[in-house]
Amino acid sequence: MTDIKKDKDRPIKQTTQPDAGRRKILKGAGAVTAASALSVPMILVPPRANAATELNMIAWYGHGEPDMVEEFEAMHNVKIKAKYYAGGDNMLALISQSPPGTYDLILSDGEFVKLLKEAGYIEAMDPNEYNMGDLFDEYAHFDAHWMGDALYSVIVRFGYLGVSFNTEIISHEEASDYNILWDSKLEGKVGHFDWHLPNLGCLSLRDGNDSPSPFDINSSQWSKLQETTLSLKPQVGGYFDYGGTFASLKNGEIYAMCGIGDWITGVVRKDGAPVDSVIPKQGGIQWTESYSVGKGSKKQDLAKEFIRYITSPKGQVRSIQMGAYPGMSPYKSGWTAINEANPEEAKRQRMTFDGPNCIDDLREGRIHFRETPVQQSLEDWNDFWSEYKNA
Amino acid sequence: MARTQNSPSDPVTKQRRQVTLYGLTWSMPIVIWQLIFFVFPLIFLFLISFWLVKNYRMVPGFDTINWVKMFSKGYFWDAYWRTLGYAGVATVVTSILAFPCAFALAFKVSPKVRRWALFFLIVPFFTSYLVRAYSWQIFLNDNGIFNTLFALIGLGPFQLLNNFFGTLVGYLTLCLPLVVVLQLTSLANVDRTLIEAAHNLGCGRLRTVFQVIIPLAKIGIILGAVFTFILSFGDFVSPYYLGGSKPPTLSILIIDTTKSGQQWPRAAVVAIVMILTLLTIMFASVAAAYRKRA
Repeated sequence: MTDIKKDKDRPIKQTTQPDAGRRKILKGAGAVTAASALSVPMILVPPRANAATELNMIAWYGHGEPDMVEEFEAMHNVKIKAKYYAGGDNMLALISQSPPGTYDLILSDGEFVKLLKEAGYIEAMDPNEYNMGDLFDEYAHFDAHWMGDALYSVIVRFGYLGVSFNTEIISHEEASDYNILWDSKLEGKVGHFDWHLPNLGCLSLRDGNDSPSPFDINSSQWSKLQETTLSLKPQVGGYFDYGGTFASLKNGEIYAMCGIGDWITGVVRKDGAPVDSVIPKQGGIQWTESYSVGKGSKKQDLAKEFIRYITSPKGQVRSIQMGAYPGMSPYKSGWTAINEANPEEAKRQRMTFDGPNCIDDLREGRIHFRETPVQQSLEDWNDFWSEYKNA
Repeated sequence: MARTQNSPSDPVTKQRRQVTLYGLTWSMPIVIWQLIFFVFPLIFLFLISFWLVKNYRMVPGFDTINWVKMFSKGYFWDAYWRTLGYAGVATVVTSILAFPCAFALAFKVSPKVRRWALFFLIVPFFTSYLVRAYSWQIFLNDNGIFNTLFALIGLGPFQLLNNFFGTLVGYLTLCLPLVVVLQLTSLANVDRTLIEAAHNLGCGRLRTVFQVIIPLAKIGIILGAVFTFILSFGDFVSPYYLGGSKPPTLSILIIDTTKSGQQWPRAAVVAIVMILTLLTIMFASVAAAYRKRA
């Protein structure tokens, strides 16, 4: 220590004097090397205290992308790790194949919350911990999220499904009736997003099955729905996944689709394609997305914090404009925030307080919640969809 | 007599045994590879076809319900025969289109041109097949490049996408370069003196091709056809992205089956039927390729 102190106090040029012995130089070099060796790992490995916590999420594509989570990650020094799924069945399978507690946050479509709860994958939630008072009345006690008096999921966004169409071929008025799909000018130009639930739901509405729900139909209504669907076959140009749906509408290969909505056309329009979506006079289907806290999660407080963030005005502005696909806000403060941040988008998605808005459709009873079949099994519907594709 | 029966102590037998051990040693990696990545997964696939799905989770068991269900569905057999037909057409079309190209490269061009041609036949494999299939949409859609060109001469628009034509274009994209290479390899090894002999004996050009060259190159031609059949039969990308899944093939049926209800056991039934079909066709074709002339 004394030597080191001496060396430290000595002017640098002295160490380079010709009289400095080789041993001294080697000693100095050794000290520098040792110091470097000790300091390198300290530089390469970030201090433990600053390491970001990981929050695991399972969600539809887009929810874990930077446009949705970067602000929250910075605020809480957290890294959100998203596992994406394609469809509720896929989500349930992924969760069932993972050890309990793998996912801290589970984003689900409304109709799958009950299945998540029954399987024991999600925690009960305290409504007082979230912005429930800010919800529009229609969502204040959303049936799909409550089992008895217990809340299991907190809604983030919603959207409507009806008819999406090429505005250069079909007028808004024409598209406002599901029967346009059978029009001769659409022969081979009707597309399907390849999932039976929204398609059959919309076609069930076309058949007049709006009470109690297009998914709650008896055997004769089910037979009629199959007949209706099969009669559409000559018009069908293809069955597509998300990418294919996007491409076929954009390149004009498909003129109309039922069972999709602004979540697709909102993105295609941004790319300059002449497409739009409407809710036909027979009614439309509603999708919702909500967050639950994963059962056994060790980061429940952080997960709850994220839910509070994404349902806050700041989070809702991001959610409404999500890059992957847009969605409407069920929160009044979300509407206020988007009207301030991007009035055009608020107007486009009909989230304005003055004049008719998207909540009016719900109030008028034109929109029906997308759910799994009530009187038939999911397998029956799925089997029929395979038959239809092969017809 | 005892010596002709090759007793174990016979040096020749001993040498043969050594050769066999030597050969076995060298062939072990492929045997192990096939066991781990083909035989065991195949056994597992067969086993899960008897499992059940409860609450979106596979439950081990032994129930023939998945086989009964799938075999009783009309759409399964429709998809089966359709897939078989699609792959058959793709095999014939690809083999016919590839042959003139392979023939020209084998007999009509200089070695330098042949090398460059081989290079360009291999280059497409540098890019993902999915990307290549997707890029065809730009050419084939109603407002695409082909229909724009047709419109210039007052034709069209033609439906080139979301039908069997689109699917076939995808199959050709996948298989044609490979088949040309396989056919070329066989054609390049055809003994030129036999061709000259045929000409000297008065055999016409076309007859020489069909009666001398094709029989001599049949291994490469049949192998090319087998590869096309296998790749097309199991392909998902072309029928989905260029054929619009309209109507679906077996590979799409597998996706549909797993997507809704997570019915992996039923998908396993479809997969096993596909594998058995391909094995049958492959063994028959290889036998035909190596069969000696009577």
